[in-house]
Amino acid sequence: MPNITYIEYNGTRHPIEVAVGKSVMQGAVENNVPGIDADCGGECACATCHVYIDAVWLERIGRPPAGSQEASMLSFAAVTQPDSRLSCQINVTAALDGLIVRMPEGQH
Amino acid sequence: MGQTILIAGAGHAGGCAAAMLRQLGWQDGITLIGDEPYVPYQRPPLSKAWLTGDESADSVVLRPAGFYAAAGIALRLGTHVTGIDRAARTVTLSDGDLLAYDTLILALGARPRRLPVPGAALELRSIADADRLKAVIRPGGRLAIVGGGFIGLEVAASARALGADVTIIEREDRVLARVACPVMSDFFHTRHQARGVRIVSGAQVAALEGTGGDVSGVRLSDGQVIGCDSVLAATGAVPNDETARAAGLSCDNGIIVDLAARTEDPAIFAIGDCTRRPLPLYGRMGRLESVPNALEQARQAAGLICGKPPPAPEVPWFWSDQYDLSLQIAGLPFDATEVVLRGDLEAGRFALFHLAADGAVQAVEAVNAATEFMGGRRIILRRKQLTRTRIEDMSVSMQELAA
Repeated sequence: MPNITYIEYNGTRHPIEVAVGKSVMQGAVENNVPGIDADCGGECACATCHVYIDAVWLERIGRPPAGSQEASMLSFAAVTQPDSRLSCQINVTAALDGLIVRMPEGQH
Repeated sequence: MGQTILIAGAGHAGGCAAAMLRQLGWQDGITLIGDEPYVPYQRPPLSKAWLTGDESADSVVLRPAGFYAAAGIALRLGTHVTGIDRAARTVTLSDGDLLAYDTLILALGARPRRLPVPGAALELRSIADADRLKAVIRPGGRLAIVGGGFIGLEVAASARALGADVTIIEREDRVLARVACPVMSDFFHTRHQARGVRIVSGAQVAALEGTGGDVSGVRLSDGQVIGCDSVLAATGAVPNDETARAAGLSCDNGIIVDLAARTEDPAIFAIGDCTRRPLPLYGRMGRLESVPNALEQARQAAGLICGKPPPAPEVPWFWSDQYDLSLQIAGLPFDATEVVLRGDLEAGRFALFHLAADGAVQAVEAVNAATEFMGGRRIILRRKQLTRTRIEDMSVSMQELAA
């Protein structure tokens, strides 16, 4: 299974094997990684699964399309950056093995 | 021996409280008690993807079953708390067991309000309910839904997608009467009618007709009979606060709690649908039936128990998906005197801003307008005042409105 490293705001690293077909958000929630709340359960309705994508990976994963629900939600999420994504909108594939995501200071 | 936290109720609130306690470093015992045979799962899909797709208990669980053992969270499923002895700090379970606690978190949820007439009406709260409902929704089958709130409308949309014939029977003069303003009600009424849903409003149910376990129609108080093969009661929910009340805790259509989800007993917290809680942005108490509220209160309780600073206050919010419509509501329209439309109602991409007399934004109801919803949350949290002209002006961005 692809290995994804989730890094908390305080620097704590959580390397997790996440099954292909799950979302990056689900990988965190199912393993109780602190820092990803995912209040809406993956409906792209709440922006509480916000992560920063490691620069090397952002090119491969891409940014949310302009005008998409994700881009709209991110426009008002807490402490967004150019490398912000909602992790519920990133599906895990074999190509994401080694992905590193960082969590913001808070989701609310 | 360490301290024991018992969590009574394994829905969204209870399940997240358990997980949150571990995230925040709670090392001692946690026992999660739930009356359903499942580990905590998400209820929102039950009115949508569960009915129309191939969802299963495994696909809607919040966390996989193995998580609980790995996290040292003991599960007591298929049973529920029937009594609380606050002096002895014990609870009695429906299977007869007696469990001791140092801290008790009541996450007892709510249950569907029963129709005031006898008969075999379905209801929707649990996976078992959703399975029964799914079994009767079929192409050409006739489903009568009593109640035009979120659940009623979501099931109507799902049933139409499956080719069923749907009639909504609403007591008020409009759908969504309890949760949205008349403009929004009109919008959803129109969209459902366009999809072939029949809506009968201002209608009182007098009786369910049929023999044995079968329903053949819903008779209204004016004598009209809505023919159907099955009936769903979707007329709201009642908080499960009886056990708390019997234990002497203050209840008023919900267990009374403070902003840290504490009851008046320092050893007992209550979270989620079963509570009546302060709404600090609105200066009053209220009961919120929503996943975000369940999670906010789970965070409040877990934070206090683990000695963390209280979480920042949140703006209450709600969402509902029907057809291709994503409805997101931020805030509550208390004291609102004016409703302002931003966006294009006909195109189905708009938001309704509810303003108090001083211009403070109390609530924003958004359809396929996530930016307005998210900006609305920020505006409401900051108690910002806006004018009708600026809200209506689409050349003013939400970023500018919220700044």
